[in-house]
Parts: sequence; structure tokens; C-alpha cells
Amino acid sequence: MSEGYSILVDTSKCTACRGCQIACKQWNGLPGTKTKNEGTHENPMDLSADTWKILRFSEGPSKNGNPFWYFFSEQCRHCMSPGCMAEAEKGEIIQDEKTGAVIFTPKTKSLNYEATREGCPYDIPRQNPKTKELFKCSMCFDRITNNMIPACVKSCPTGAMTFGERPKILETAKARVQELTKRFPKAKALNADDVRTIYIVTDDPQKYWKLAAGK
Amino acid sequence: MTNHWIDLKNSDCILVMGSNAAANHPISMKWVQKAKDNGGILISVDPRYTQTSAKSDIYAALRSGTDIPFLGGMIKYILDNDKYFKDYVLNYTNASFIVGPKYDFQDGLFAGYDPKTRKYDATFWAFERDQDSRVKRDTTLQNPNCVFQLLKKHYSRYTPEQVSSITGTPVSDLLKVYEAYASTGTKDKAGTIMYAMGWTQHTVGVQNIRTMSIIQLLLGNMGIAGGGVNALRGESNVQGSTDAALLFHILPGYLAYPRANQTNLETYLKAITPKTAEPMSANWPQNLPKYFVSLMKSFWGDKATKENDFGYGWLPKLDVGQNCSWLNLFDAMYDGKIKGFFSWGQNPACSGANAHKVRQGLAKLDWLVNVNIFDSETGSFWKGPGMDPKNIKTEVFMLPCAASIEKEGSISNSGRWAQWRYKAVDAPGMAKPDGDIMVELFDKIRGLYKKNGKFTDPILNLKWDYVNEKGHFDPHKMAKEVNGFFLKDTKIGETEYKKGTPVPGFAMLQADGSTSSGNWIYCQSYNAAGNNMARRKKEDPTGLGLFPEWAWAWPVNRRIIYNRASVDLNGQPWNPKRSLLKWVEGQEVDGKKQPGKWVGDVPDGPWPPMSDTKAGRYPFIMKPDGLASIFGPGLVDGPFPEHYEPLECPVPKNLLSGQFINPTIKIFSGAMDKHLTCDPRFPFVGTTYRVTEHWQTGIMTRWQPWLIEAEPQMFVEMSEELAKLRGIKNGEKVKVSSIRGVVEAVAIVTTRFKPFQVGDVTVHQVGMPWCFGWMVPKDGGESANLLTPNVGDPNTMIPESKAFMVNVTRMEGGA
Repeated sequence: MSEGYSILVDTSKCTACRGCQIACKQWNGLPGTKTKNEGTHENPMDLSADTWKILRFSEGPSKNGNPFWYFFSEQCRHCMSPGCMAEAEKGEIIQDEKTGAVIFTPKTKSLNYEATREGCPYDIPRQNPKTKELFKCSMCFDRITNNMIPACVKSCPTGAMTFGERPKILETAKARVQELTKRFPKAKALNADDVRTIYIVTDDPQKYWKLAAGK
Repeated sequence: MTNHWIDLKNSDCILVMGSNAAANHPISMKWVQKAKDNGGILISVDPRYTQTSAKSDIYAALRSGTDIPFLGGMIKYILDNDKYFKDYVLNYTNASFIVGPKYDFQDGLFAGYDPKTRKYDATFWAFERDQDSRVKRDTTLQNPNCVFQLLKKHYSRYTPEQVSSITGTPVSDLLKVYEAYASTGTKDKAGTIMYAMGWTQHTVGVQNIRTMSIIQLLLGNMGIAGGGVNALRGESNVQGSTDAALLFHILPGYLAYPRANQTNLETYLKAITPKTAEPMSANWPQNLPKYFVSLMKSFWGDKATKENDFGYGWLPKLDVGQNCSWLNLFDAMYDGKIKGFFSWGQNPACSGANAHKVRQGLAKLDWLVNVNIFDSETGSFWKGPGMDPKNIKTEVFMLPCAASIEKEGSISNSGRWAQWRYKAVDAPGMAKPDGDIMVELFDKIRGLYKKNGKFTDPILNLKWDYVNEKGHFDPHKMAKEVNGFFLKDTKIGETEYKKGTPVPGFAMLQADGSTSSGNWIYCQSYNAAGNNMARRKKEDPTGLGLFPEWAWAWPVNRRIIYNRASVDLNGQPWNPKRSLLKWVEGQEVDGKKQPGKWVGDVPDGPWPPMSDTKAGRYPFIMKPDGLASIFGPGLVDGPFPEHYEPLECPVPKNLLSGQFINPTIKIFSGAMDKHLTCDPRFPFVGTTYRVTEHWQTGIMTRWQPWLIEAEPQMFVEMSEELAKLRGIKNGEKVKVSSIRGVVEAVAIVTTRFKPFQVGDVTVHQVGMPWCFGWMVPKDGGESANLLTPNVGDPNTMIPESKAFMVNVTRMEGGA
């Protein structure tokens, strides 16, 4: 019995090149949205029906005198028990058995958007205001079922993102955290048992993004 | 790069300074990360806490334009603390050379300076030579006039406290960096530098790099895996364009461009060909005549003969002292001296320093040809801000060209690897590959010359056979020509080469007209073995990531240059764990000893190691004396790097000497050549940089919705302290101005910029990207180069876009 796939996002290796953000749009044929600079490099400023992956930037002073500048490549966590599915009783949202990917179907039009979004501990689902359909990362379902890795992982130059069989990814995550703990006592893998998109952080998760570790 | 991208993984300590590699060379971080995974240390030195800094183990801030004090302090630290690699310094550098009695250094000036011409007479810096013309040496390094002692004396002034008072870097941060980097001065450690435009774009740009070169030599980091001096090139294939001499002062393969006083081939070759009296110096440049004559044969084929100096007389000559680099060209254009301009694959209206002057210069032209894949601020300058099309006579032609993936050819990366690319798709519409545009253009020019041209020989005699049967430019024919051919049956050693055979490598090129080569350093790239640039084998015999059969690297597929310095005098690697090269003695066969050989990378020449005092050769084969230059490589502004303030700076004096700015820079003095220093109207240091999302001026990326979505608008980054001082809120629009112009920008107020404590003065610095322009997107903002000064490094004339003075204010009435 397969345990499906996982994506590991090792933020300690992320350089904020945003290749993943662009690759997501490219593969999924999503349009560039109209943005303006809001006093940060982060853009778009939030997920939307047209933006399923964004690089969140956060910064501030730190104890050693240098600032901290953290990069968090946000996307759907593909939960083992997806909260978004609580509202979806008629197959609007599917959890694929083989891969574990959580897929929003066109039937999500009929879902209660607010409740579905509320059900996600990471606040990921977004609605197309015109069609009412809900959208988010599909783990590149069309790619991973055709022997390709997700577009975001493919684009990552530093190895911050890796994709593979879940047990292997869990093993890699564990080893990496162990390694990082030597320098960063707060290093950990976020909710590794509950999600398929596992983030490794080296500091308090809230310093990366308020919902990095969930609600 | 002396080394190459993958080799970064072999480093124990990576200094990123004058570069923000994570943002601007994202893939480099793959190898930096591997070095870190192996226990290597990453140091980031930058005025701003960057994406690279965010990944670093050690970060230090410095005020823009103070890299020489920062690094000069490191030289002093290395010498004071005995951290240098003694065997290396003694045997492989000119540390032991005795400098002549005319050399001196007083209060910021070297001997030989003429204030009238603002030039040095470099003969004042000459080495002492014996009756055989050999440089005198003191191998005890004690002679007060030897390079080592002069170096010590020169940098004795660069104490941590003094450096700190100039750079604004806390002393403790300086020492952290010095200690970490100096720890690579041992046999088994490698330290490397990744630099980019943050070092070159200064009035002391070349000397910034020289300072680091001295450090690398002191620590024995040149020529080794994980070491070197690595320039991260700022444009795809800019390495190739430099190799191919897309510059005014050189011919392909870095051959000096002929000057008007070099009236015939003999005088020219004599001037460019160095001599040596050192028996153990290979002095490889002694072969330059072979390369030059082969180039002439490539240009003019059978028409280039011994009798006509191989066509030397047909080459246009530069006047003595003439400098046709960017700033001078646009100065001449502004003065109306240039009538026509091909702007080919560039966007000077946004990329040129003091871009207002550039734009005014374009308006003085009779014609402008804009070759690009999109329209640009250059092609449409006549309808740009402040321009009245009715008053502009310039006729503009737009030639759409093929993008990189729409044509076949080679591309050379920063690591000197020439990699062949296939064509993926046809160019859209009427767009053509650059080669086709040139072929058509030349056909027309040749036609006009045939009809009624004057001095037609250089044009009509050109060999020019790079087209295929359909009349299109043929990149394979061109690449083979660049490699070169035997032009008659030739026997070299035991091997016979038939006329028309490709030359196997540049060692076989001849000065008698029997070979051709369009670029000697690329000889071997496309030979009898085929197109070596198209190779894609993934074997890595050394385990160091050299991948010798992946593509091809100049010269002669050497992946790390100066690699003879990676071994000791007996040819054994300093660090056997990273064995780049190794001399293996020959076995005895039938009582006869076979010759030894090098194993590993392609060595810098076949000679045995230095312990063989007859056949052995010194490692730095491109230097006439065979040893690396700690002192004086022939720069116009001095034999040792010395700190001078940027032309525009925030401090009233140079704390290290009475010489305020680089005494040899050219200062333009026309109506639009303004600059100000310590002027209260422009109190803050400004600098420019790039973002990952945009390419150069953004000419290709600003049209791309996903990229413009991620970085949509011109911004200016500033510290919280400065924002408070000016009452600026994060995200609001502000005005950034210099004496040369004003741009609007969104304020990014950040903890990643901090004010500098420079002596008694608090210095604020701001930074802007230069990837925007008025054309697209509509609310994207303007180019930061409207603010930058048109003053250049005296050696390269690269503009000082990294340190200048600005003001930042709220928009009137707020925003």
C-alpha cells in the first residue's frame, strides 16, 4: 500500500528567487494579476484563484544585531485529513488515494466558500468571484501522475524544495532537522505527521508567516 | 571566473562581496548550498542585508565605495597574524621581487604622477633587474624594497579602527570576516570570492578586484579547486561577447587593438608581445603573433599575405590614447560627433549612467537602428518623457530579432564554458537571428562599396563565407572559422594535417599564415573531434565537478585556470583531498625512464613541475615573469590598490590620505556632466542593483505578466531611521533625486538597511533597482540610471553606478 507523495520545503535553503511562484503560474496557465509595490518584495500580497503559490517575505530585528529575513513558499499543505473537505460531501473536493493530493474540482462552485476556507487551518482555498469555483495548488496532479515532479519543485535551484514518496521525504526531513538543530535550536519540520507539504523552519514559525504552522 | 560555477561547492569559505548572488545568479546558490552542506562558511558583505546575506553565516555591512579599505584591512590582518601561505607566496608570486628605487608612495599618490595630465608614468614602479634583465629577488622577503615588505608597509595604515571609521563596519564585524576568510591560508583549505557589478561599477572598480586578488595570492587560493577570483557575469553570454571582443580596445581573444603609431605588422607585434629573461617562465603571450596572424587569415583568407602584412594595414586603427568606451561614445554622441548608432540587444536610454544625457545624445543622431525583441525606451526615446517629437530629427529603424531560444549557437557562461544550444522554435513574424541581420547588412554594405566605395580593400577582401546554401547565416560555419583551419598541408611533430583540417588546439597555430583562427582562445572548440561545445557527457573523473566532456571551456578545456599553482614544487597537490592536478613520474621501461605526465584537469602547459629546474616552468604562464602579481599588473592607477572616495561621497575627506578621489579618473565637464560631493541638498548615499525577476533594464521582462506581477514598480529601499528622519511611511511614493535627475519610487522601509557610523558622521544609504523605464508598465516608474553619474574607472571606464549621492523626500502633499 502506497503512502503517497510529499513535498519538503526547507526554508533554510530558500533564497526567495520566486522560481516556484512563477513556475506554478506557468504550468497551470494562470494569469499575472495587476499588482503594485506595497512596500515589500512580496507580490501578489495574497493567494487568489489566479495565484496558488506565493513567496511570503518577513523581516525584522534579531538579537544578534543583524536583521532576520525569512522566506516562506506558501501553498496548500495537502493535509492527511483535509479540513477543507468537511463541507464537501458530494465529491467537490477529492483526496486522491494514490498520491494523497487534495484536488478542488469544478464542483466546488456549489460549496460554501467561507466555510470551506474556514475549515482550512492554513487559509489556502480561494474563490473565483465570477464563477464561484474554488482554487488552490493541486500538487501538480497532472504532472505527478505522468512521471513528472511538481512545477515548483522542478524550478527550485537550491534544493529547498524536494518531492518524493512520503516515507522518504519524512526521513529526509528528520535528518535535515537534526542537522540544522546544531546551529538552530528551534529548527523543526512543521506538522510533518498531518500534512504532505512539510516546511522546515529554523525559528518560530510565526516569524515566517502567521499561519505557517496552522491556526 | 578563474574557476566555474560547480566548483563553488569545493570551497571552505565563500565570500560574496560586490554581488548579491542569491538574487542575481540564483543557480549559483545550488553550489554555495553544497559547500555549506560540506561545512563551508558563507560570508556576505554588502551595504544592504540581501537575499544572499539571509543565507550567510557571517554578515558585515559597509558603506558603498569602501571595499578597498575593507579588504586592505584584511591584507593587514593576514600579514600581521601570519596567516599567509608561505610556500605559495614565496614560490608562486612576485612577493620576493625587488622594486626599483624610483618607486614611492606618499599621501595617497604613487611616484610618477603628473597632475597636469592626471596620469602616472608607470616606469617609476619598475622592478630592479640584473645585467641579464632578470628581476632581482630576495627570497628571505626581508629587503625593504621587496614586494612583500612594500605590501606590508602600504597596508600598515589599514588598521581595523581606521577601516571601520571609513567603511562604517563595526570593528568586531570586520574581525569576524577577516578571521574566517584568513583561515583558508593553509594547504588544505580553499576560499573563494563571488563578485559582480558591486565591485566593477566604481571609480576604483579594477582595484577592488585587485585587492581581492592579492588576498587570494597571500592565502594560496588561486588555481585551486574551491578557490579563485570569480566574476559573476551580468548578462547571459557577456563572457562570450568579451571573448569575441565586443569592445573597442581588443580584438578577439583579448589581443590588444592596434594604434595609429603601430604603422606596420612588425611594430604592432613587437608592442604586444612580451619578452622575458626568466628561463623558467613559459611567457605564453610570446605566442601572440601566431594568434594575430591567424586572425588576419580568418578575416581576409588568401588576400592576407606575408607581403601585405596579412592585411594589417586594412584594420582601422585607434589613435594613441583614444578611448572609445561607453561614456566617451555617449559624450561624443551628445556633442553631435556621432551621426548613426546601432543599438543592438541593449537599452542605453535606461542602462547608461546619467541616462538623461544618453537620451539627449540619441536626439542628436541622424539615424538610430534598434535591434531587439521588443520596443524599448531607446527605440522610442523620441516620444519619451520630456521629449518633443517635432524637434527630433533622428530617424529610427526597428529591427526585430530572434530571441535566444529561436536561434542556434554557442553561449559562454561565467565559468568560460562554451555551451552549444539548439534552436527550439522559429522566431515570430519578421524577426531574424542576429547573424542573418548582419549577413544582410554586410551584403548591402559590400554592394555600396562595390559601386562607389573609397578604400574598398578591407571590405571587398573580407573572406566572409559564413552563409549556407539558402543565404542564411550558418552558426556552424562561423564556429568552425572561430576554431580555425590549416590552410596548407602541415606536418607538426609526427602528425600531418591536410589543408582544410581544423586546427586541434591553439598550440598548433602559426605566425606564417599557414593557419587561421577567428579567436585563438576558442581554438579546439570545434575541431576534428566535432563540435566540442555540444558535448553532454556527465563523467567526473576527479570528483571535483570538472565534467571535462560537458561542453567545452576555454582555454583548451581547462576548467580551473592557473591550476599549476594547486600543486607543490614537486607537482603534488597542496590538498590531496581536492586533487585538481598531480604530476606522475614516468615508469622505467627497459631501463629507460618514460616521461612523466599530469593527471587531472588540463594543466597550464605540459612542462614538468618547478622542481625540475631545467624543463619545469613557473605556474602563472600568462605573466612574463611566470609569477603572480602582488605588485603592479599594469593598471593606470597604481601598483597597489589604495582607497579613494567615490566621485560623489558623503564625507569631506579621505581619512587615509590627502588624495580625496582616484587621481586618474576622467571627469567630464559638459553641460550635463554634473556631480556633487558633500552637498547638503543630496545627503544620502545611493546605489543601484537588480532583482531576480527583471533582466537588466527590464526590456525583456517588463512585458512579462508573471514577472511584472512579482516586481511591478520602481522602489527605493531605506532604513527605518532614514524613513523617520524624512517622515516617510512604508509603501508610499517618494522622490529620489541627484544633481542629474529625479525618479519616483515606492519606499520600502526596512530593517535590512542600517545607517552607518562613519567617523563622527551618521551616513544613510538607499538602494534602487535599475530595471524600470517609462515605456512599460505604465505605472512602473523610471530608470535609476537617471540619477547615476557618468564617471568611470580609469582602467575600464565602467561607470560608478554603485556609489553616488541622492536626496529622498516625500512627494509634495504626501501620497
